[in-house]
Amino acid sequence: MNNSFLRISIWVYLAIFFLYLLGPLVIMSITAFNSSGFPRMSPWECLTFQWFGELFQDQRILNGIKNSLIIGLGTVVLSVAMGLAGALMLTQIWPKLRATYYTIIIAPILIPGVVLGISTLVFWDRINRMLGLGADSFLSNGIFLTVIGQSTFIASYCMLVLVARLQRYDVALTEAALDLGASHAQAFRKILLPFMRPAIASAAVLAFLASFENYNTTTFTFGEYPTLTIELAQKVRYGITPAISALAFIIVALTVFFALMNEAKLKRQELVAVARKNATVEELAGKIKLPSFFAGNMAAVLLVVFAVATITVVGTAATYNPGQCIADIREQKQLEAEQRIQELRKQREERRKQREAEEAEQGGAQTAPKPSNNSGFGNVFAPNSLDGSETEGEDGVSEPESAPSNNSGFGGVFDPNSLQGDE
Amino acid sequence: MSAGVGVDLENLWIRFGDFVAVRDANVKINGGDFFSFLGPSGCGKTTILRAVSGFLEPSEGNVLIGGNNMRGIGPNKRPTALIFQNLALFPLMKVWENITFSMEIKGASSAERRKRADELLDMIALPDQGDKLPNELSGGQRQRVAIARALCAEPDVLLLDEPLSALDLKLRQHMRTELREIQKRVGITFIYITHDQGEALTMSDNIAVMRAGVIDQIADGKTIYNDPNTAFAASFVGENNVFRGKVKQIMGNEALIATNRSGDLVARISTTNQGKMKEGDDAMMFVRPEAFAIAPDGASGDHFVTARVNHEEFEGNAFNIFTEGEGGKEIKVSIPNHGQSFDDHTGQNITLEYETHNAVIVPAGELAAE
Repeated sequence: MNNSFLRISIWVYLAIFFLYLLGPLVIMSITAFNSSGFPRMSPWECLTFQWFGELFQDQRILNGIKNSLIIGLGTVVLSVAMGLAGALMLTQIWPKLRATYYTIIIAPILIPGVVLGISTLVFWDRINRMLGLGADSFLSNGIFLTVIGQSTFIASYCMLVLVARLQRYDVALTEAALDLGASHAQAFRKILLPFMRPAIASAAVLAFLASFENYNTTTFTFGEYPTLTIELAQKVRYGITPAISALAFIIVALTVFFALMNEAKLKRQELVAVARKNATVEELAGKIKLPSFFAGNMAAVLLVVFAVATITVVGTAATYNPGQCIADIREQKQLEAEQRIQELRKQREERRKQREAEEAEQGGAQTAPKPSNNSGFGNVFAPNSLDGSETEGEDGVSEPESAPSNNSGFGGVFDPNSLQGDE
Repeated sequence: MSAGVGVDLENLWIRFGDFVAVRDANVKINGGDFFSFLGPSGCGKTTILRAVSGFLEPSEGNVLIGGNNMRGIGPNKRPTALIFQNLALFPLMKVWENITFSMEIKGASSAERRKRADELLDMIALPDQGDKLPNELSGGQRQRVAIARALCAEPDVLLLDEPLSALDLKLRQHMRTELREIQKRVGITFIYITHDQGEALTMSDNIAVMRAGVIDQIADGKTIYNDPNTAFAASFVGENNVFRGKVKQIMGNEALIATNRSGDLVARISTTNQGKMKEGDDAMMFVRPEAFAIAPDGASGDHFVTARVNHEEFEGNAFNIFTEGEGGKEIKVSIPNHGQSFDDHTGQNITLEYETHNAVIVPAGELAAE
């Protein structure tokens, strides 16, 4: 009883946790397929791929992606190289200095990105001037500055990843290579580097992602090469469209794809290792029977399913034409609007009739309370008139689409439908 | 045996800061020898090995390999190959790639390397195992791969840093004979580091006994066992009973010792100390457990010791008697088992006798820790 309650609450907790983590992403992804002009999930209008098309026609976004990729690659190369050098230094340095060195190397992670951005800009500008170069020199190039600026702290991340692996390295391996005649460079290239390869790959991925999503350092250094995050931030300032949701969806899909691929690869290595362990000597010598790609590899199965689904969706998108649906929706909206107008008219009609009837009644029964507007204050103090205005106000709020029938001075410009009609 | 390349250490000093790891070592290792450095851990034997292989520059003195001074020559340029204590096989390379790493460095083709690897794998009795990874092998197999990898580099001198210490007893004993056989087959100089006197005695042509950075004695195994130079060598190599005392009288190669607890005893002065000891010197006398025999009761003289039996044990090839000599000193006696009847002596007083040439006298000195 108590146990099952515990289990249920754990599941509930997990559900809430993942909802919290992934909910926004899911909703944002869905909005990318809704034809509504504002990114929203409900009301659902039409399944459409038009936002993707719009995304790929947006030169600024495409240019931002290109810049982000170039800067990402530059940052990966620089950060991994510096991180590896820093990590190697940490294992070589005099033990008493190690803690101090570590603190210094880690410090850029703790410094706000804004500060790093500003200081990068100021520092390289000063150097640029010292060298007597102009504003168009290499040192004030946006790509150069952004790569340098981002690498100041991304290199520290890389070093942390690399140090963890390096600590498991047996220096005797390098010594053994030297002893067998290798030069220091050969020992590094043939022994240490292959050992570090998995960590270098992780560090490179980490560096790329950190560079790709960076905003606050880049915003000071990008110069004439705005990255994707910069472009997005500038776009959002003028209101967002579902094209941004489409971009988000692509990024989410790519992330899932690479995560699955990595998982499948790891699982595969594990299975191969087990197979090797069970293999006989003859099998190892040439024709080892490796497990088939999908056997016991859930991630690989999911990966293929995912890939097939993607291809299907892209194929559908190429032939799918939501024009009919959108037209239908528009028509439906117009119909709805007209219907509302009709209803409103009818209501007004009825109300007028009612009022006329009431007035007629009042006028007939008692003429004393001077219903006419002869007083200096008009009719404002009349209790009934207050009532009337209130109902009118309510009408205005609850039925904004009835505006055209109001014959107001604004001629219905505030009606969202009228805007759509213009389109 | 082919005249391999010899190694000489000349006045070798190695210091780490204030700490002296190796103190004035002078060793001449003949080409083609199986030479062991034997000593407790921390005595500086690994330091010597690293100086020979080139990972360490001596503070003073020289390392000569084949008569050439090695000062300033890095480990990758020396004609030595080192087998590490933890073997240091490259974990990401297959066995055959490990073995032929030295050829890869020289730019040999893959086919050539494969061929050489197969030859060496045959030699170390691991045929067809070349495609495995090191961690897919057993401890003894890895051991042999490490040897093959070192031999593939065709060194003039093979250095082994306690390579058997990680193996279990049975395998260790097996690998001893195997190592010795490989050494005879390839005919190169082996320098072997160990703290296990059994390994050193069974395999080596010559042994250097080391204590705290100092080489006490260099000789073949038999000499070290029977004729130790120092109290340390006598107590570290094999089991030994020690009797402390003062030299009372020198009689040619023998001496009479006034022991502290067992009366006056006679023994041979160890060869290198003959003529150097004089009356009144502090001395130690060593008698091996197997050098004692049980004497008839009441016998007495300068080669008899009386003791009370504490307990006895039967070891298969010998009966061990643990006695308490006069003044609480423990003496171990081992009587070889020839199938004779053996009475229980527990609690009795017995008289032990030894032949004077089986007991040695050395100047008093530091003993090996138990």
